[in-house]
Amino acid sequence: MANNGLEIQQLQTKARQIRRDILEMVYRRQSGHLGGSFSIVEMLVALYYKVMRIDPADPGWEGRDRFILSKGHCAPALYAVLADLGYFPKEYLTTSFRCVNGILQGHPDLKKTPGVDMSSGSLGIGLSVACGMAFGGRIKGQDFRVFVVIGDGETNEGQIWEAAKTAAHHRLDKITALIDLNGLQNDGPTAQEMSMEPMAAKWRSFNWHVVEIDGHSFPQILDALNQAEQWAGQPTAILCRTVKGKGVSFMENQIKFHGTPPNDEEYQKALVELL
Amino acid sequence: MKRSFRDALRESLLILGQEYPAMVVVTPDLAKSLRITDFKQTFPDRFITVGVSEADMIGVAAGLATTGLIPVAAAFAMFAVEKPFEQIRNAIAYPNLNVKIVATHGGIGVGPDGATHQAIEDLAIMRTLPNFTVLVAADACETKTALKAALEHKGPVYLRLGRDEAEVVYREEKAFIIGQADLLTNGNDVSIVACGTMVAKALQAAEELRKVNLKARVINMHCLKPLDEAILLQAAEETGCLVTVEDHTRIGGLGGAVAELLVRKCPVPVEQVALDDQFGESGEAEDLFQKYGLTVSRIVSAAQKVMLRKSM
Repeated sequence: MANNGLEIQQLQTKARQIRRDILEMVYRRQSGHLGGSFSIVEMLVALYYKVMRIDPADPGWEGRDRFILSKGHCAPALYAVLADLGYFPKEYLTTSFRCVNGILQGHPDLKKTPGVDMSSGSLGIGLSVACGMAFGGRIKGQDFRVFVVIGDGETNEGQIWEAAKTAAHHRLDKITALIDLNGLQNDGPTAQEMSMEPMAAKWRSFNWHVVEIDGHSFPQILDALNQAEQWAGQPTAILCRTVKGKGVSFMENQIKFHGTPPNDEEYQKALVELL
Repeated sequence: MKRSFRDALRESLLILGQEYPAMVVVTPDLAKSLRITDFKQTFPDRFITVGVSEADMIGVAAGLATTGLIPVAAAFAMFAVEKPFEQIRNAIAYPNLNVKIVATHGGIGVGPDGATHQAIEDLAIMRTLPNFTVLVAADACETKTALKAALEHKGPVYLRLGRDEAEVVYREEKAFIIGQADLLTNGNDVSIVACGTMVAKALQAAEELRKVNLKARVINMHCLKPLDEAILLQAAEETGCLVTVEDHTRIGGLGGAVAELLVRKCPVPVEQVALDDQFGESGEAEDLFQKYGLTVSRIVSAAQKVMLRKSM
């Protein structure tokens, strides 16, 4: 089990280390999505180090909690966590990521990467898959939870709402969706490109249990995840207000760092801030 | 004698549901139209409706497969694969998940519902997906054997069925082996390679040809992928020409698959009996087959034409 029981301060230290690993991957490879990876670091650290029942020595363990990174382009954050937990050697983060013959594809790959529960990358599909996993657990009489991280831009996809109605109708309360509200999508601010407000009301109207939090606050994330576990009869959506590029001052809220890797100078400056 | 594909599907799911406790049926509000409500009543815990949302159905099926269950996503071909094609590609084919997509309503044989409901491109698009096995049942009996073969196979499978009553090709069950076509009649003058509801017509065409002393070899190509290359190459070598027959556009389906193989390994003349590059329309299936050229006489004339090309 990876339930290390880390305290809040240790979780914050871990988050900083994960951000350094992400920076290293994207800088070395000069490819990948930094901004959105940084905005989900606390969610992933809380899930993988405090909440999820997993066994890195046995990635296929049937009883494990499942995790789907529906916003698959933020794979660097997931890879950094999985490497840290020992699913594969840490040097792969720089030798394998987005490389030919590598096990760390540009977007998560179930077949190539130990610890990845579902391939993703094409936006909008992950919540439906989460429903399938939750049905699977119900049919097989297993009590595992299913966590799925969805981007705010990704909620533009109609399939997210198809899945939202399925999860609510079938009372798939093992599902917890974490919505990364970093406010920036590919072409610009979500408020400008395609507003999904009122977001909380949308999920509530789909008959979900909704919790709104600061997505970088460990106490709030852990509390919300705990609430979701206790909540019966409805799936839970945790609306996580986050900052794209969080952790590096000059990357925060900058659309440029959605998909542009840092240059030498930016890398050095960012590294200093993450030490 | 005719039997209905959908009644065969209903019976097959009930029988195979007992045999395969891991099988779960997922459908987008089409249980009645597919005539599979019996399965829902018999195995309520293994029946999931997702409402009218086909992309969601595919994602749900993918998620089920990751837990070790065997989802059967069932809908009309248009909605089972054409609408959610990208979801099938990225959530089933790419991760190579053990999902079976079973579609009724393949081809213009769908009839009165018209062009929006007639999937005439499904075989072409599903054949392009790596990891996918593509099957087409010729009649009611083969519906069950093909479905069983799909469940036995580990990996994603697309199984295409028709909508309506189909002429019986198989009076009793015959082992369905993925990757192996079924040789129905032997002959060395011409080979007729057919799939789905057109197999019965290919057999009738062979009868007609026999009346003028021509011996046709009829092959039921019930597995488009992987293609039975051996049986096709042998047919090409021994009969020197082929006719392909399908209720599907002539682009990229059975005819395309056969041509791709022969042009590489044994180029012989091929004629296609298929739909031209156009949409269908409303009408009774037989009237549409007449209008769009999916008839016994068209197969006979294609056979005579291709034999002439052989001697050129």
